[in-house]
Amino acid sequence: MSRLKTKLPGLDMKNPVMPASGCFAFGAEFADLYDLSVLGAAAVKAATPEPRRGNPVPRVAETDSGMLNAIGLQNPGAKAIREEHLGHCGKAGIPVLANIAGTSIDDYCEAAAVMAAAQEVGALELNISCPNVKEGGIQFGNDPQLAAEVTRAVCEVSAKPVYVKLSPNTGDIAAIATSVEKAGASGLSMINTLIGMRLDTETGRPVLANKTGGLSGPAVKPVAIRMIYEVSQRTDLPIIGMGGISSVEDIIDFLSAGASAVAVGTANFQNPFICPELIGELDEWLEKRQISHVSELTGRSWKSCSVPLS
Amino acid sequence: MIKEKLKLAKKEEVAANVYKFTLEGSHIPPRCSPGRFLHVQAGDGRAMLLRRPISISAADDQTCVIIFRASGAGTEAIASVRVGDTIDVFGPLGSGFPLLDDGTALLVGGGVGVPPLHFLAEELVKNGIRVKSVIGFRSAEDVFLADELRQYGEVEVTTEDGTYGTKGYVTDAALMNSEFDTFYACGPKAMLHPLQENIEAPGYVSLEERMGCGIGACFACVCDKKDGGYVKICSDGPVFEKGVVQL
Ligand SMILES: Cc1cc2nc3c(=O)[nH]c(=O)nc-3n(C[C@H](O)[C@H](O)[C@H](O)COP(=O)(O)OP(=O)(O)OC[C@H]3O[C@@H](n4cnc5c(N)ncnc54)[C@H](O)[C@@H]3O)c2cc1C
Ligand SMILES: Cc1cc2nc3c(=O)[nH]c(=O)nc-3n(C[C@H](O)[C@H](O)[C@H](O)COP(=O)(O)O)c2cc1C
Ligand code: FES
Repeated sequence: MSRLKTKLPGLDMKNPVMPASGCFAFGAEFADLYDLSVLGAAAVKAATPEPRRGNPVPRVAETDSGMLNAIGLQNPGAKAIREEHLGHCGKAGIPVLANIAGTSIDDYCEAAAVMAAAQEVGALELNISCPNVKEGGIQFGNDPQLAAEVTRAVCEVSAKPVYVKLSPNTGDIAAIATSVEKAGASGLSMINTLIGMRLDTETGRPVLANKTGGLSGPAVKPVAIRMIYEVSQRTDLPIIGMGGISSVEDIIDFLSAGASAVAVGTANFQNPFICPELIGELDEWLEKRQISHVSELTGRSWKSCSVPLS
Repeated sequence: MIKEKLKLAKKEEVAANVYKFTLEGSHIPPRCSPGRFLHVQAGDGRAMLLRRPISISAADDQTCVIIFRASGAGTEAIASVRVGDTIDVFGPLGSGFPLLDDGTALLVGGGVGVPPLHFLAEELVKNGIRVKSVIGFRSAEDVFLADELRQYGEVEVTTEDGTYGTKGYVTDAALMNSEFDTFYACGPKAMLHPLQENIEAPGYVSLEERMGCGIGACFACVCDKKDGGYVKICSDGPVFEKGVVQL
């Protein structure tokens, strides 16, 4: 499977496939189902400096080919995560992409410093795009200036490379991307969820206790593809692509759009074995077409000299 | 835990819109026990991404029974599966009811909270426990499992409109009982709350919540504990000892 080997800043991966943040917790539950060492990496659940309780239930609602979630960044706090929760990924020898969230620049820096110091962590994923907490998070993802500021501050306290997770809930995502690139980011993750709402038709009231939630799943894939297509042409940063991936064809599309690696989120709920399955299928897909390395697919959608597939 | 396509061997409509499915497979999920559930795929899983949690109502080495109400798009899709076709299930998930090994038990269930009590009654009676069940429904046409539960002991049925059994709520009827050592209850929080607060004897409650993963990874299904912490209903439960969770 050497054709799948993918090396990105801080992430030395057997293959370019990882579970997405918030859909895999810290790996313990999935370690009961399969050998985590088959994964390229693992994007673990967001860490905030202090423990967070999250939102009231119901926290999830199904939508056509998608789902809304408003978990609200529930987590035991960065220190507890570092000390108690990274063992499963560590034992499997896969690099951890540590998702960091907060409500202020200080918050982000505090969580970043704690997580970057963990031996298991290969890189940080700065979540400036969570739509589910009242203050903070998303406003950083909506303003190129603020996004650059928080990125710069976190890069200063982190010895590990920093990926910035971009929000689709913004007018000009490429402006945010170029701004965080200048501020020192080593990579991008995109996309986070799209803010949405579902109503109970009988009562007319929102289904989620938080009223709004983040939309994920196959329904958001076209949005993600468009954004990666656009951003990958405007920056030199490697992109971890996500948003509705549930088949090997989806992975190919994300790579073609401009991603160098991919993350699988919501699909883990439907099929908890999806990551190992897709890794196997990706290798077969490439072999069948005699593509010598997966990286050849990155950006095919726009690169002028892209190799046509026979 | 396995993810498997099980064959629908037998399909019965046991009450209005309530289906009893007997599933068969070479890999019947091992360790099925009362209170645990299957995460059942609705349709091909493309339009409806989330699996539906459904309790195991009976199981042996070759078969596994679920009983569910077709109440929304997903359960309707599951209900439309034809005998001989397969259903994609993941499980069994969660932790079940701890089984008493002597004394008497009161089982309390409302609506679709009744199916796990059937499996529970069977296992308790195997352990020599005397079982009484109090089960509640909206109306006579909704009643199911009453006859099956009678095999295992006394059964009292309540309906909200009085068209079958005692008129009223299952909680009121349950609280009239005092001759038991342990109670077991399954249903919506509003039903479990008065039981947890008013029954002196020890007992267990089984909760429902909207779920994502079903295995403890997504934090969709949390419930506050009385001591200030929280539990995940899918993996720490759905069964909890009386007094642990805030209802
Ligand atoms: C541990 C557990 C065991 C259960 N056992 C049974 C059983 O044995 N028989 C039975 O009939 N029902 C049972 N339920 C309830 C059953 O899961 C819901 O009725 C079902 O998910 C509704 O799906 P739908 O497609 O009909 O509704 P929709 O409205 O289309 O569902 C939309 C989403 O909401 C979720 N949802 C809706 N209602 C509920 C609910 N009451 N509980 C949890 N999620 C819900 C669905 O799973 C789906 O994700 C159980 C629930 C839990 C948590
Ligand atoms: C239940 C749930 C929880 C999530 N939690 C986080 C999180 O803590 N941090 C984060 O950056 N993204 C989080 N996400 C977003 C995912 O990582 C991913 O960006 C998004 O869901 C799109 O991918 P998907 O369609 O494959 O799920 C969460 C998504 C879901 C469904
Ligand atoms: S459903 Fe995901 S944690 Fe319970």
